[in-house]
Amino acid sequence: MGHCISMKPSAKMAKLVPLLAVFFYLVCVSEAVFEDQVGKFDWRRQYVGKVLFASFDSPSQSSKKLFVATDKNIFASLNSRTGDLFWRHVDKMGPEGAVDTLLVNAQDALMVIGDGRLLRSWDTNVGGLNWEVVLDTGSFQAACFVGIQDTVKHVAVLKKTAISLHYLSNGHQKWVENLPDSDTVKYQAVYSGGGEEVFVLGMVPHSHLTITVYSLEDGEIIRQRSVEAPWLSSVESSCVVVGRGVLMCVDNYTQALYTLAIQAEDSPQFRQVLLQSLDLEVSQDFQPVLVSTQPHPARSPLPEFFLQLGPDHHILLQLSEDGSTIAPLRDFQPAFLVSFATTGEKTVAAVMAPKNTTACAVNLFSADSGRRLLDTTVIFPLDANGGKPQKLYVHAFLKKDDSVGYRVLVQTEDHALTFIQQPGRVVWTREEALADVVTMEMVDLPLTGTQAELEGEFGKKAAIQDGLLPMVMKRLSSQVILLQAWMAHLWKLFYEARKPRSQIKNEVTIETLSRDEFNLQKMMVMVTASGKLFGIDSKSGTILWKHYLENVQPNAAFKLIVQRTTAHFPHPPQCTLLIKDKDTGLATLHVFNPIFGRKSQISLPALPRPILQSLLLPVIDQDYAKCLLLVDDQYKVTAFPSTKNVMQQLQEMASSIFFYLVDSEQGTLSGFRLRKDLSSELIWEVVLPTEVQKIVAVKGKRPSEHVHSQGRVMGDRSVLYKYLNPNLLAVVTESTDTHPERAFVGMFLVDGVTGRIIHEAVQRKARGPIHFVHSENWVVYEYWNTKSRRNEFSVLELFEGTELYNSTVFSSLDRPHLPQVLQQSYIFPSPITTMEATLTEKGITSRHLLVGLPSGAILSLPKMFLDPRRPEVVNEHSREENLIPYAPEMPIRTEWFINYNQTISRLKGIYTAPSGLESTCLVVAYGLDIYQTRVYPSKQFDVLKDDYDYVLISSVLFALFFATMISKRLAEVKLLNRAWR
Amino acid sequence: MASGGPSFLLLSMVPTILLLCIDFACCNTGRRTSDGLDTDFTGFSVPLEHSFEVDDVSQFRVRGALQLRGGRETSVSLSQNQLSEEDRSTLKEVAAVDGLYRIRVPRVSLSADRQSDRPMDGFLTAFVRACSLVESHLSDVITLHTDVSGFLIGVSIVTIPGACRGTEVEDEVDLEAFNTTLNVIAPTNAPQPETALFIERMDMENEKRGKPQEQKSFFAKYWMYIVPLVLFLMMSGAQDQSGGGAGGGGANGGR
Repeated sequence: MGHCISMKPSAKMAKLVPLLAVFFYLVCVSEAVFEDQVGKFDWRRQYVGKVLFASFDSPSQSSKKLFVATDKNIFASLNSRTGDLFWRHVDKMGPEGAVDTLLVNAQDALMVIGDGRLLRSWDTNVGGLNWEVVLDTGSFQAACFVGIQDTVKHVAVLKKTAISLHYLSNGHQKWVENLPDSDTVKYQAVYSGGGEEVFVLGMVPHSHLTITVYSLEDGEIIRQRSVEAPWLSSVESSCVVVGRGVLMCVDNYTQALYTLAIQAEDSPQFRQVLLQSLDLEVSQDFQPVLVSTQPHPARSPLPEFFLQLGPDHHILLQLSEDGSTIAPLRDFQPAFLVSFATTGEKTVAAVMAPKNTTACAVNLFSADSGRRLLDTTVIFPLDANGGKPQKLYVHAFLKKDDSVGYRVLVQTEDHALTFIQQPGRVVWTREEALADVVTMEMVDLPLTGTQAELEGEFGKKAAIQDGLLPMVMKRLSSQVILLQAWMAHLWKLFYEARKPRSQIKNEVTIETLSRDEFNLQKMMVMVTASGKLFGIDSKSGTILWKHYLENVQPNAAFKLIVQRTTAHFPHPPQCTLLIKDKDTGLATLHVFNPIFGRKSQISLPALPRPILQSLLLPVIDQDYAKCLLLVDDQYKVTAFPSTKNVMQQLQEMASSIFFYLVDSEQGTLSGFRLRKDLSSELIWEVVLPTEVQKIVAVKGKRPSEHVHSQGRVMGDRSVLYKYLNPNLLAVVTESTDTHPERAFVGMFLVDGVTGRIIHEAVQRKARGPIHFVHSENWVVYEYWNTKSRRNEFSVLELFEGTELYNSTVFSSLDRPHLPQVLQQSYIFPSPITTMEATLTEKGITSRHLLVGLPSGAILSLPKMFLDPRRPEVVNEHSREENLIPYAPEMPIRTEWFINYNQTISRLKGIYTAPSGLESTCLVVAYGLDIYQTRVYPSKQFDVLKDDYDYVLISSVLFALFFATMISKRLAEVKLLNRAWR
Repeated sequence: MASGGPSFLLLSMVPTILLLCIDFACCNTGRRTSDGLDTDFTGFSVPLEHSFEVDDVSQFRVRGALQLRGGRETSVSLSQNQLSEEDRSTLKEVAAVDGLYRIRVPRVSLSADRQSDRPMDGFLTAFVRACSLVESHLSDVITLHTDVSGFLIGVSIVTIPGACRGTEVEDEVDLEAFNTTLNVIAPTNAPQPETALFIERMDMENEKRGKPQEQKSFFAKYWMYIVPLVLFLMMSGAQDQSGGGAGGGGANGGR
């Protein structure tokens, strides 16, 4: 994996020593992958987010494309056979890139973006941009295709104050007209039924509806009508156009349908049809919804439409040809979701109804008659760990025998997309919740599945209940099972060895999960913003389990805590998810087994008060679960688990349990000590006045981190000891004054137990966003230099000096001397999005910083380059110590990108976990995509290379062995001969 | 020294400090009143309070007064009282049960121009184990931390030595007077990337290496090749004219 850098031998070598030193390091740390290693240790999954609009390509059986626009401002095309992405366009984050609407017509996909900022047309075949036009200002209301004589040539975009018509071919504006009385009238819908007219519907709530008819040719107002409608509150939510230009509205208060012919020349009136007269009734507290369909934009909509009367009650209605009567065609109850689909001249209605507790059935009905089409049932399996179906997209097509076939795309509450084919085969599922991972943990896998089963039998309880003989029998049988498992394993090995490598398919299932030799395969537990939890195999990226938590607020904050690891056999590992409502602060706990995803049957503590802080103590109960403390807003502490054992330990340790709280609103950092009665007392307080600066982030160190070396050996063979305070907090502040000359970034290092400010530094002329890593005895942070307008890195390192104060144990209460602080800054030639440090089992391997760049690349930057002891002037000591001479600019080398071309869109976080190999660190990067790989900061010093020549080494060994044997024999013969002489 | 401006400011600030002090006096009943109230007109003073109770419920009493002298160079001095007999015994009792010795200072600004601002309410508190204070014979280090604009943001107290070894302090005299070291720490300026020095160094290196080579012209560098070549060409040209016949003759002779 090394990159060789050839150097011309030169007579001036001596002068080049510093340069050489740099080169030496570059050779050392280069870690690009070889071509054949691509995808071997890493994988990437790409997501699009929650689907807002979906559309199928063409109504033929062979079409494979599916277009989606999502809440993550993405327009993508999916392969409907596999669920893979054909292409994906990632727009700006936030409201600027939000997709307002998606209209698909043949080869063109039109999108209005950023609340009516842009109108874009995409070529659906290749995903290229046809054109893009900037629309006039004004918030977006509606858009529709406008066609005449069966061809669609224009698109109309309705804004709050204006309507504009654009050519479909090039986006040029045909005309734009201001809407009359736009300050009083709310314009909400635009409609075209294939004629020369464009209808704009507006209304004054609870007063009247206005119909403005524009000429397609020049945008002239042909006529304007105003219709009394005191019951109308929104055209958008309660009205649709049905049949030949009949506006159909539903009102909940009067329990009636209203119809109005909008094309009428004379002054029209709404006609009221009471729901009672149709024998219909709206469910309580339900806002009825109308659904109509316009199969072709250049033709008028169909006279059939759906009326939803309750959460599971739909009715298919038909408007008579003359628009005078409404007749119910078919009543669907229970039915969750309905959808229209058109293929050729046929329009069908798909209805999803519950079948039993584990499945739903989708059936097709002829739209014009309401008759059920034969053999069209599709079973949609309801996942107990998923959400309820939310949306139904139907792709109907004509089969060879002219009957209607279809496929369905079902979107569920947990943002999952399921594509189903007749007669109920799930073709693929996409878990789009993973596009927004909030937090994650990696958990070791259990030793082996069979072993786990066995050990379960020999639990404590079993031992007490059973006698001696059954125990012996059990042991024997278990040994037999073990032997069987071993034989099976051997057989599998032998069988697989004969097959070529490419054919071996490693199907990972939850049953076959077991820890590998070097603990490289782990379970990734991912928590997503939608409240869905995932268990993903880190080796293959397969989703092994999922669990959807209902009733999670959209703005909830999550914290995932591993309370018990896999190490405490036979107790299953245990993870706890703390879900906190950001508004009320109230929290709930979800306790589950991270390997199988099952919810644990543990009694949870009642948490009636808002939770401020949670901390995991090293205190272990009799079941080896670490104790979690939750601090509420009255500084009372709740322990979980709260068994007698734990409470006893807590009481004993209370005086040495300290915790801190941060209130960034007030700028206070306060420390508390636990009392024996689980209340707490304030013991220190640091207040950063909010007029000057505000706290933006506080980070401690990762508790799982190991530091192998206590100090650094210097050039003169003395040791500089590191200041390794496990309670140290890095507090980052930003100035309230944002003027580039006066803005600053503050870095405070505070002891979390005593509240002592260990160091305070101010980076002048700097502002955020700040990304920082706090580890070992160093803090690395990145900021924006407002004066030089560039990104800079700064590193702080803390040393105790050449002597340790107390080398046996570290106590925050007994460290009177402040550490020496060294700091150095560097220019970094790129902005960054996130930063994390590598982590290894024992901390022997040198550290790298994993820097996520906006381009989606992850840079593995050796910590060696961020060392405040890098000398300005090279001398013998620094050379001895292998310090790189100081250079103000940090290099970015392409071979340091650990994800080569597998870029990660909208990178949000990087998670690192140690593996069983000291050299190897597992890395998961998440954002819109998820990427998993391994990094080797000091190269693979404890692993033989892939291309290691076993044959050569063994043949050499054998040759040497035989040589010794032969020479021994010869020597013996010689000795014997000499003795005879 | 004191110009009109600052002294005016100081005068305006005196009532506020007195107000603060009255507040403290109420928690001070029954104890001897502090003598840290006299405000020096070149600076001002804030009370340093401490609390040590066997039941660990904080009850702050005045320990001394911090004399703060604002201006460009903030200087702080501490005048403090001796511990009374009663206090000494309490402190020893607290030390015996491993209680805490807490101190607190009000939130103030050390820089002179901020004095007129509204005083901030609240205190900055810190603690040390009472036993370590007793065992160190009341020798402590109190550090006041300020932010960039001179506000006090934190206080810390450590004792030297800091450990609790359980050694008995017999001599009551050791616990009479504090042996305090007082520090004020303002934030240090974090370094910027050192570009100037680096460029200078690079230039120097370039000069050392590059100078003799760059100044040589093409001809100066390769004259030793060019001159023989030119000479050779000239020589061969001359020979062509004179030696043509001779060459031909030789060839003929060869036949």
